[in-house]
Amino acid sequence: MSWQDTLIQVLIILGASLALLVALLIFIAFILLADRKIWAAVQMRRGPNVVGPFGLLQSFADLLKFVLKEPIIPAGANKGIFILAPLVSCVLALSAWAAIPLASGWVIADLNIGILYIFAISSLGVYGIIMAGWASNSKYPFLAALRSAAQMVSYEVSIGFVIITVLMCAGSQNLSAIVEAQNGRLGLLNWYFLPLLPMFVIFLVSALAETNRPPFDLVEAESELVAGFMVEYSSTPYLLFMLGEYVAIMTMCALGTILFLGGWLSPLPFAPFTWVPGIVWFVLKLCFMFFLFAMAKAMVPRYRYDQLMRLGWKIFLPISLVAVVVVASVLHFTGTAPQ
Amino acid sequence: MSVAAVFFYLFAGVLVASAFMVISSRNPVHSVLFLILCFVNAAGLFILIGVEFLALILVVVYVGAVAVLFLFVVMMLDVDFVELRQGFLQYLPVGALVGVVFLVELILVVSTWATAPAVAQFPKAAAVGGAAISNTKALGLVLYTDYVYFFEASGMVLLVAMIGAIVLTLRHKVNVKRQNVSAQVARTPETAMEVVKVRPGQGI
Repeated sequence: MSWQDTLIQVLIILGASLALLVALLIFIAFILLADRKIWAAVQMRRGPNVVGPFGLLQSFADLLKFVLKEPIIPAGANKGIFILAPLVSCVLALSAWAAIPLASGWVIADLNIGILYIFAISSLGVYGIIMAGWASNSKYPFLAALRSAAQMVSYEVSIGFVIITVLMCAGSQNLSAIVEAQNGRLGLLNWYFLPLLPMFVIFLVSALAETNRPPFDLVEAESELVAGFMVEYSSTPYLLFMLGEYVAIMTMCALGTILFLGGWLSPLPFAPFTWVPGIVWFVLKLCFMFFLFAMAKAMVPRYRYDQLMRLGWKIFLPISLVAVVVVASVLHFTGTAPQ
Repeated sequence: MSVAAVFFYLFAGVLVASAFMVISSRNPVHSVLFLILCFVNAAGLFILIGVEFLALILVVVYVGAVAVLFLFVVMMLDVDFVELRQGFLQYLPVGALVGVVFLVELILVVSTWATAPAVAQFPKAAAVGGAAISNTKALGLVLYTDYVYFFEASGMVLLVAMIGAIVLTLRHKVNVKRQNVSAQVARTPETAMEVVKVRPGQGI
């Protein structure tokens, strides 16, 4: 391969990455607004409704506000790590999207072990929080860092086992192959959420805990820790934390869509529905998953820390461990295991 | 120079530099963060030689879990590390001796490296794209057949270590109230509450 071909390939990858990045960020701007609107609707408020029609441009106004403010670095902070922390959390969250297939063939890096890559990247998300908590040199952020270290490591374990059950059914670690394995004549009844329903529930709850969403937002519990690890942050670094958090939430939604809701597949496998492009179904499912996240935030009160640990280690871990054995046995003895 | 070579020198250079920073930085938290950078770059090198499964397991296990707990402990230490470093020259000969012994051992191990015939028959899997047999599958085929006893034994060792850690650290204090979840869930409206009609002017 000549160097021109290499250069062209590199440019194509860069262009695709940039397009995905811009689309993702704009999508997240509206997801942020949707989160606030859903939350408001549950509490019979209006939510943001001033900037633009129905408040649609609220997120862009917030972006401008954060970018134009002065970043404040506390005098006692460890400066380098203090600035590095929001960058780490945002970049790591965004890099997971390289392996996520948006539609058939629409993926920047079609990794053989895509699921493991996303799992690895999302397990690194805890570093942004720990670094911020420690570098702030302040009590509340430090407590939040300690909480997050224990919380995110615990729930990763059950997410890992849930992913293993899906992998055994699909017989591949490639995300596109996992989606294709859910393709069948029955449409949405072929998707893994039906045979693996308990795993889907565990995945959903663990994803809430992994991304520090309410009811598991003990890392920033405002009634106890002010705002947790973000107390000392302002302007752009704060914006990067919020962005990283929402990108991580969307990654978890995308993972749930791919593993359990058939990715880009149409729910009804016949004529008018199969004409719709795969990306439309993918985005619709993504929005559905996020709606579940948003409703959980609006309806469920925050867990106490010991309850959180009990749920993770004493309930989800044994259930998912047994489920791995059960699913493996069923696949083996009924002869339905993929070759 | 191919793209892979560029990445090799990038990963290897950052790996060596951050390994040096682990032992030379003054702040222990910085040391741990450089150690994490080391792990990530080592994972990058693993991907370059086509063992993508091991690379990502390295990231999940070491960077995602072990190093987090390591950082967790180091952050809470309140030791004056400048004071600890004062006997540096005194300990240098011992440290150098240990380093030399370790280096000799590594050279001895690597020079007698051999590939098992069972492993050699698998074609080399590519990191990206359609390979004949995936890395994970190749690993699983060897791990659960030829080396199953070693695999089970290492699992037992880890289990014993885990139980040992729990036995050593778990203490129930006498005067601390503990939550009994099953007792709470077993409560019904009949046993837990009483509906009383309060007339104005009279108490209960």
